[in-house]
Amino acid sequence: MTNPELSASVHHEEEASDRVMFGFWIYLMTDLLMFAVLFAVYAVLRGNTLGGPTGRDLFSSQLALSETIILLTSSFTCGIGMIAARSRQKNQTLLWFGITFLLGLVFLSLEIREFAELIRSGHTMQTNAFLSSFFVLVGTHGLHILSGLIWGVITLAFVLKRGLDKHMVRKLALLSLFWHFLDIVWIFIFTVVYLGAFT
Amino acid sequence: MKELLLGKLNWHALPHEWFTIGGAVAFIMMIVSAAAYLTYKKRWKWLWKEWLTSTDPKKIGIMYFIVGGFMLLRGGLDAIMIWLQQSLSSGSSHGYLTSDHFQQIFTAHGSIMVFFVAMALIFGLINYIVPLQIGARDLASPFMNTLGFWLYVAGVVMVNMFFLLGGEFSATGWLAVAPLSGKEFSPGVGVDYWIWSLQISGIGTTLGGINFIMTILKMRAKGMSLFKMPLFTWGSLLSMIMVVTVFPLLTITVSLLFFDRYLGTHFFTTTAGGNAMMYTNLIWMWGHPEVYILILPSFGIFSEIVSTFSRKSIAHYKSIVFGMSGVATIALLVWLHHFFTMGAGADVNSAFGVATMIIAIPTTALVFSWIATMYKGRIRFSLPMLWFLGFIAVFALGGISGVLLAIPPVDFQLHNSLFLVAHFHSTVIGGVLFGIFAGLNYWFPKMSGFRLNERIGRYAFWSWIIGFFMAFTPLYVLGLMGATRRLDHYDGSNGWQPFFIMAFFGGVIIMIGVVLQIVQIVASIMQRRRLVDATGDPWDGRTLEWSVTSPAPAYNFAVIPEATERDAFWSMKLRGLQKPHYENIHVPKNTGSGIYISIFAFLVGFGFVWEIIWLPILSIVGIIICLVLRTFNDKTEYVVSAKEVEKIEQSHADKVRSAPSGSDTNEEDMGLIEFIKAVLAWALGLVRRKR
Repeated sequence: MTNPELSASVHHEEEASDRVMFGFWIYLMTDLLMFAVLFAVYAVLRGNTLGGPTGRDLFSSQLALSETIILLTSSFTCGIGMIAARSRQKNQTLLWFGITFLLGLVFLSLEIREFAELIRSGHTMQTNAFLSSFFVLVGTHGLHILSGLIWGVITLAFVLKRGLDKHMVRKLALLSLFWHFLDIVWIFIFTVVYLGAFT
Repeated sequence: MKELLLGKLNWHALPHEWFTIGGAVAFIMMIVSAAAYLTYKKRWKWLWKEWLTSTDPKKIGIMYFIVGGFMLLRGGLDAIMIWLQQSLSSGSSHGYLTSDHFQQIFTAHGSIMVFFVAMALIFGLINYIVPLQIGARDLASPFMNTLGFWLYVAGVVMVNMFFLLGGEFSATGWLAVAPLSGKEFSPGVGVDYWIWSLQISGIGTTLGGINFIMTILKMRAKGMSLFKMPLFTWGSLLSMIMVVTVFPLLTITVSLLFFDRYLGTHFFTTTAGGNAMMYTNLIWMWGHPEVYILILPSFGIFSEIVSTFSRKSIAHYKSIVFGMSGVATIALLVWLHHFFTMGAGADVNSAFGVATMIIAIPTTALVFSWIATMYKGRIRFSLPMLWFLGFIAVFALGGISGVLLAIPPVDFQLHNSLFLVAHFHSTVIGGVLFGIFAGLNYWFPKMSGFRLNERIGRYAFWSWIIGFFMAFTPLYVLGLMGATRRLDHYDGSNGWQPFFIMAFFGGVIIMIGVVLQIVQIVASIMQRRRLVDATGDPWDGRTLEWSVTSPAPAYNFAVIPEATERDAFWSMKLRGLQKPHYENIHVPKNTGSGIYISIFAFLVGFGFVWEIIWLPILSIVGIIICLVLRTFNDKTEYVVSAKEVEKIEQSHADKVRSAPSGSDTNEEDMGLIEFIKAVLAWALGLVRRKR
C-alpha cells in the first residue's frame, strides 16, 4: 500500500465492516432478550392446562431429539461452509451452505408437522394458556429459522452471481452467526420445553 | 369477497364524531396547505433530496424535532382537555366530554407524550450532537438511522390514524393494561392502532439504540477514552444501552397482546389460564426503565450546561459517570414498585421498595456534583442555565415524592392517586422536558447558525415554572385527599373542584409558555442576522461540537480532531489551533429505502388493524425486497475530495472574519411588543402589496 489515499480508503472500509459485526452482535442480544421473555412466559404458564393434557402427553421426545440433532448438524455444516468462504472457495461454500439450508428445511418441516398434528388432534393455541405459550415460543423460533432460510437463499444467489469478495464473506459471516444463535436458542427450547416436560 | 379485500374496513369507520371530524379536517387542511405551499414554491424536489432522503444525522435530528414538536402540541391539547373536563365535571355537571371520549384522551396524552414526543426530542438531540461531541463524521450506520426515523414517523401516522379513518383511539391507559385491552373488553380497533404504532416505532427505537452504541463505542476521535467522553455522550450511551435492553421486552409483550386479540391465545386473558398480572409485570419491566432512558441524556445535557455556564470543568466527573451508570443499572431492577398492590407479599415489596429508594443516592450525587461545579464558578444566567435551575427545583420535588411513594405502605394509600400523577409529571416535565428545552436553547446556534432570543425565552421559562407549580401542586393535595387518577366525574361534596380549577389555570399558563416558545423561535428567525453565531462557539464552549462551524458542514470535521483531555475543545483553545491538513472524506449518499420500508411497515400494521389479510403479506414481501436491494448495493458513499473540503473551510473562515460580531450593535433581543409590531407590519405590508 504505497498510495496513502487508497490505504485510507481500505482502512475506512475495514472499520465499517468491524462496526457491522459489532452491531450485529448487539442485535443478537436484543433478539435473545425477546426469547428470554418468551421463556419466562412459558415458565409461568406451563402449568395452566386447565386439566387438559400436559406436555408429557403431547410431545414426542423422539421427534424433539431428531430435530435437535438435525439443527446441530446444520450448525456444523454452516461452520465448514464459513471456513470454505474465508478461504474463498466458492463451490465448497455453496455446497456446505446448501447442505445447511436443506437441513434447516427438514427441521422446519418436522416442526410444522408437529404443530399440524397437535392442531389436528384439537390442541390449538386457543385451547389454554400452556398451549398458547408453547406455540408462540417454539413458533417464534421457527419463524426465525424461516427468515434465516429466506436470507440464506438470497445470499447464496448473490454468491453464485457475484462470487466471493470481501463484502460477501462478511455477509455470510453474519448469516452464520444468526444460524448458530438460533441453534443455541433451540438447545434451550429442547431443554426447557421438551426435556422439561419429561422430568 | 368484500371482506377479503377490505377486512373490517367500511363506511362506518370514517369519522363521525365532532372530535374525529374536527381532527380529520385539521389534518387534511394542514397537509393540503403544506402541499400547496411546496408546489407554489417548487420545493418538492428540494424537500425530497435535501431532507426526506437525507442520511445526515444532523438533518435527521432536526426532522425529529419538527415532528416531535408537533406531537408536543397535540399531547398538550389533550392535557388541557383533560384539565378542563375535570374542573367542570363535579356534582350535577358532567362536563363536556363523555366518559369514553375522556378515556381516549388521557390514553392519547400519555402514549403520545412518552413515545412520540419525549423519545423523539431526545433522539433529535442525540442525533445532532453526539457525533459532533465524539469527533465522528457520521453514525455507524447512516441507513439504519434514517430507517429508524421513518419508522418513528410511521408510528406517528398510525397513532393519529383514527382521525382520518375513524374507528376510535385506545381507551385503556397509556400502557393498555390487560385484561381491559383484550378483545373481550376492548373490541374496537383503538387498541390495535396503539399496538401497531408502538411496534413500528419501537423497532425504530431499537435500531437507533444499536446504531448509537456502535457509534459511541467504535467511532470516537483519537485519544478520547471512555473517561474523556463528554457527559452528554455518556448519558446517551447509557440510555441507548437501556434501550437495547428493554425495548425487545416491549416488542414481545405487545406482540403477545396482539396474539391474544388476533389469534385468540390466552396470555393475558381472564379465561383459559391466562395471567393478566403477567402483562403488568412485563410491560413495567420495559415501562420503568423507559423513563430513565429519557432522563439519562437529560442529565448529560445539564452536566454540559452547568460546566459551560459556570466556566469551569465539571466537578467530580467520575462520580457523575458512576452515578449515571448506577441509576441506569438500578432502574432496570425496580419495576415492581408500580404495582405494590398486586400482592406479591411483604418480602418482594420491601426488596423493590428499598431498591427504588436507593436510586435517590446516585441521583443526589449527580445534583451535588452540579452544585459543586457552580461553586466558585463565574456563572452566566443565560437561558440554558435558567432551565437547569428550574429543573433542580421541580425535579427535587419529584424526587422526594418518588422516595415517599417507594415506601410500600405509603404506596398502598397513594397507588393510582393524583399524587402519583403529580409525582411523575414533576420528574418527566422537570427532568426530561426541561432538559430538552435547556439543550435546545444551548445547541440551537449549532443547529441553525444563530442564537435564540433571550428575552422572550425568559418569559416562556417563567410561564412554564409558574404554570407548572400552579397546575401540579393542587394535584399533590388532591392525591392526598383521595382523588384517584383518570376521573372524568366526581362528587361535589368532597371539595375537590377548586383544586381542579386551579390546576386547569396552571395548565393554561403552561400553554402560554408553549406559545411563547414558538414566538421565541419565530422572533429569532426574524432577527437571525443580529443573533448570528459566526464563530461556531457562541457560549465559549468546552466540547468538540463547538470547534466546528454553525451549522456544521455535512462531513462534520474537515480534520478529525485529537482529544487529549476531557474538555477537548477548551484545551485546544488554550493551546491554539494548528494549521490543518485536509484529506478525502467519505460521505454517505442519500437513500429513500428508509421511507419505502417504513411505508410498507405502516401497511403491515394497517392491514392487521383492519384484518385485511393480503396487505401485511404483500407488505412484508415489499420490506424484504427493499432490504435486499439496500444490502447488496455497494455504492452507498461518495467522496468529498480534499480540495473541496479546503474550499468549504476557507469560505467559512472568510465569513467569520468579515462578519460583524453580534455584541457590537446596540440593538437588543426583540421583546414581545416589538415582535407583535413586527408581525403586524409584515401583515400590513402583505395586504398593501396585494392592492
